[in-house]
Amino acid sequence: MTRSLRRYLPLLLIAVLWEAATRLGLVSELVLPTLSSVIVAWAKLIASGELVTNALDSLYRAGVGLALAIVIGGAAGIFMAWSRVVNVIVSPIVEAMYPLPKSVLIPVTALWLGFGDGSKILLIFLGCMIPVTIGAFNGARAAEQTLLWSARSMGASRLRMLWDVVVPSALPELLGGIRTALALSFVLLVTSELISARRGLGYMIGFFGTGGVYDAMFASVLTVALLGFVADRGYQRLMRRALQWRQ
Amino acid sequence: MSSPAAAPAAPALAARPGRGIAVAWGAARGVSILCLLLLWEAVARSGIMPAFMLPPLTVTIQQVALDLASGDIFATLGVSLYRALVGFAVAGVGGIAIGMMIVRSAAARWFFDPLISVGFPTPKVAFLPVFILWFGVYDLSKITMVTVDAIFPVLTATVIGLEGIERELIWSARNMGASNRRLLWEIMLPAALPQILTGLQVALPIALIVAIATEMIMGGTGIGGAMLQSSRMFESAKVFAGIIEISVAGYCLIKGMAMLRRRLLLWHQETAHRSGV
Repeated sequence: MTRSLRRYLPLLLIAVLWEAATRLGLVSELVLPTLSSVIVAWAKLIASGELVTNALDSLYRAGVGLALAIVIGGAAGIFMAWSRVVNVIVSPIVEAMYPLPKSVLIPVTALWLGFGDGSKILLIFLGCMIPVTIGAFNGARAAEQTLLWSARSMGASRLRMLWDVVVPSALPELLGGIRTALALSFVLLVTSELISARRGLGYMIGFFGTGGVYDAMFASVLTVALLGFVADRGYQRLMRRALQWRQ
Repeated sequence: MSSPAAAPAAPALAARPGRGIAVAWGAARGVSILCLLLLWEAVARSGIMPAFMLPPLTVTIQQVALDLASGDIFATLGVSLYRALVGFAVAGVGGIAIGMMIVRSAAARWFFDPLISVGFPTPKVAFLPVFILWFGVYDLSKITMVTVDAIFPVLTATVIGLEGIERELIWSARNMGASNRRLLWEIMLPAALPQILTGLQVALPIALIVAIATEMIMGGTGIGGAMLQSSRMFESAKVFAGIIEISVAGYCLIKGMAMLRRRLLLWHQETAHRSGV
């Protein structure tokens, strides 16, 4: 406890500096609200339920998009490594999409599905699928040949080998790809919600920002930052647990 | 083209096939892309999807040609690339500099370590409205946003690279009387270069994503704003033309970085290994 406190002391220092600079008038409150007012605004937003409902809207969009990306992208990557035919059909498409800055998909999903939930889910799904697919493919491709041979010599069927040998071998890189996708999902979510939304955390940030309610805007921004941070840390912990069987 | 039945059981993981077969598979990959493009054209022409959702490929390519001929591409894609690359350059220099500071000074490590561990995984794009408040709606806020997003991979890669240098290398350089400055420029930075370049290679696509995202959120000049505007007007050819233009530019930049890496690491075993295959 004290160790992590000492470790994060610089953050505390910045918080104190923030409060002091705004209180003493070194920085105008029009540019930076005092930290204490941000905390008060945050408490109010939580008490009114606004923050929670909007956060749930955002998490729903990111969660569904990401889940689809993991299932479909992961399967695509593993089958690409497993079957030459699938590889030939799918990998040129993956390679063509790989260098695409994922944010360019926003106007396309907006064209197709408007600016509602559907377009945001589709955006997150399409954007996050590529890193998952590539992670799964690289991992599955690196499945040890000796393992495959011994599995086959012991009479494992092709499907059994896929599930028992290739998928576990692909896991570390697949999980790494999912981590990239997780970070990307937050970026795409916030960007698309800032552009156009009627609910969600990005919407709150934009709404308070244009309205000049800067303490509430900072509170929403810090909430998004906190959620992204917590999601990554939680995922890392999960990842370590999932990979425990590898020494 | 070999039919799928000709090589049904050939697992991708099996021994390398002969040269002729490899060429055939390569050709099949080209055919796959070609089929996709033909499918795009056919679906768009058939009217299954309305034109505002999917313009024919040919119309999209015409739009790209039009953008090139009229010079509009410089005002859209050019401006976006300028923002992305300036932000990327600042992130590169700043990331390497801060990384060096962290490795050399305990105070810098104490200060930056928690900032990095909190800052890296947070979605920094959420701070854009704050940057708009501080730096205005023009280039400065967008470039700052790009830098803030792109700096973290460079920074961490620099630290990892510098810390991974073999002790013997530093000891022998010191032994031969290298000054601190020469040690840094002639031994440590070159030794850490592969890692640093990896960090830059991660940061470059991030810079592009963020530059375009900021333009979409804020509007104004740049291809992001232009594409979003076209999308709102249902000018789908312009949207898809924008995607093609950005893809080509992004592809060239990413390939260029990879070439730069090979060039800079000619002396490194990594490069020798690759060309040896």
